[in-house]
Amino acid sequence: MKRALLAVLLLLAFPLAMQALGYLFYVSFASRVMIYAIAATSLNLVLGYGGMLSFGHAAFVGAGAYVASILIAEGVASAWVGWPAAVAASAILAWVIGAISLRTRGVYFIMITLAFAQMMFYLVNSMKAYGGDEGLTLPRRAELGLGLDLGNEVVFYYVVLFLLLVGLYALHRLVHSRFGRVMVAIRENEARVEALGLPVYRYRLACFVIAGAAGGLAGALLASHGKYVNPNVLHWLQSGTLMIMVILGGVGHLWGGVIGAAVLLCLEHLIADYPVAWLAQIAPNYQQHASLGVGIVLLVIVLFAPHGIAGLLSRRRHA
Amino acid sequence: MSWILILEQSLNGLQFGLMLFLLAAGLTLVFGIMDMINLAHGSLYMLGAFLAAMFVQLTNSFLAGVLLAIPATALLGMVLEVSILRTLYGRDHLSQVLATFALILIINELVRLAWGSDAALPMPAALSGPIELLPGLRYPAYRLVIIAVGLAVALLLYFLVAKTRVGMLVRAGASNREMALAMGVDINTLFTFVFGIGAALCALAGSMLAPLFAVQVGMGENILILAFVVIVIGGIGSIRGALVGAVLVGVVDTIGRAFLPILLGAFFQPRVASAAGPALASVMIYLIMAVVLYFRPQGLFPARG
Repeated sequence: MKRALLAVLLLLAFPLAMQALGYLFYVSFASRVMIYAIAATSLNLVLGYGGMLSFGHAAFVGAGAYVASILIAEGVASAWVGWPAAVAASAILAWVIGAISLRTRGVYFIMITLAFAQMMFYLVNSMKAYGGDEGLTLPRRAELGLGLDLGNEVVFYYVVLFLLLVGLYALHRLVHSRFGRVMVAIRENEARVEALGLPVYRYRLACFVIAGAAGGLAGALLASHGKYVNPNVLHWLQSGTLMIMVILGGVGHLWGGVIGAAVLLCLEHLIADYPVAWLAQIAPNYQQHASLGVGIVLLVIVLFAPHGIAGLLSRRRHA
Repeated sequence: MSWILILEQSLNGLQFGLMLFLLAAGLTLVFGIMDMINLAHGSLYMLGAFLAAMFVQLTNSFLAGVLLAIPATALLGMVLEVSILRTLYGRDHLSQVLATFALILIINELVRLAWGSDAALPMPAALSGPIELLPGLRYPAYRLVIIAVGLAVALLLYFLVAKTRVGMLVRAGASNREMALAMGVDINTLFTFVFGIGAALCALAGSMLAPLFAVQVGMGENILILAFVVIVIGGIGSIRGALVGAVLVGVVDTIGRAFLPILLGAFFQPRVASAAGPALASVMIYLIMAVVLYFRPQGLFPARG
């Protein structure tokens, strides 16, 4: 609890410090990290607590991003319309995909969620009216009203931070509620929960829909943040990246998605933008090959630390 | 739309389907025997294409280049299996997905370091012209060669799996791994062998398709998903299912892209048809997969009884 409080205080102070030092870029970068943290945390609900290996989470992020973007492009700039619409669209999509996919098990579930996500990817690709494969550039970010200008990086940061904290609190309450207990029980032993007379399928579907809706919110924020959206947000490599974040951070840990998103994006940023002199002497172009490093780190983590960074931290605490 | 056009597109579909089969055959056995999700299968396809491009340039002969690329990729595949993938068999699917996803990133960057982002593999000059199959139907000779090679390999695989002792062990492993183990089959060695065959088939598909598509980093990712669709439709672990699924996916995808916009045009306004046609065509195979999974979750030709 102390740690969480400290983290929140640091996050609250961050933009003020950066503003004082004149590094406004990092405020925007931190917003991006937190948006990915929301997306990864929503996947963690499905993956970590629900035990469902969904390989199509980018579909929900992408659906939210596109619904919010199309509304802005059509002149409906209010976030009070755009964001709920994005959340609702992703929730409905998750409900449809979940209702069909959750009838399958194991490998087949992975494959069918992947197939649905690819379907969405190609659908968006063929939407010529909204940019097709070139993507859609937005004239402005969503408008929040209340005297808050989302075009201001610091204001945008605090709005994203607020939503992330609300999301984390909701997740915390959810996993400690009856619903969360049942989900974990299903993950551990489905047959037993079924035998207790609980509707396993409906619990799973509810969990899937909640995660999809949260993913849609992340998508809407992502579109506003970059003022641009393209079909690659729905590509299966994006689903894979979200999975990496969850694993990196810790499957089934409250902060897993946040840690994973922060570590992965910072790692990428560090490798790409900060040349290390001695490394550049050995391998002059190493910065263009950042994903080699990401791949190796991921492989090592999967092979040797299956519980992620949060798992390492909490294990040390118990020892 | 004349029947010649339909015939031509069907041949294109068959040609693409047979190449998909080469990819799917290896993947379905890996999946079926070891219950292992290998996302890096597409990377072997890419490696095969890059190796073929290199060897073709070195030897100045398309045939020699392809024939050298196949054993080279098989060897790399077996090294990969023994060094990394073997440790993942006992792990859960999540670990397998992530570890092989990491391998995709690593192999992509290594290929980029070794050969750059793309390579050229031109079509052999002798095969670049068309052949008149029927009066009015001129079809590219190279595509006919692909169809012939694909059919030959399918026959060979059928013979290998259905008629030989190794094939029997492979089938035993796919239908019940524990029982095969209990009967004294050395599954590990068998599997390294199967993985090598799968890698060789990847290289064949990669180098044969290279003159038609581009040889570039990332070429394996999209076709990998198609191969997964194929084996899920066909039934995991079944070679026959992979063949039927591959041809189905190849033909439906090709025909759909060619004719759905025209077909929709007959019923809707042109504006609607030109917008919805390509969209519908590109999601068609995924729709088939969803329908198959919903009604027959074990696929059309399940390997496990």
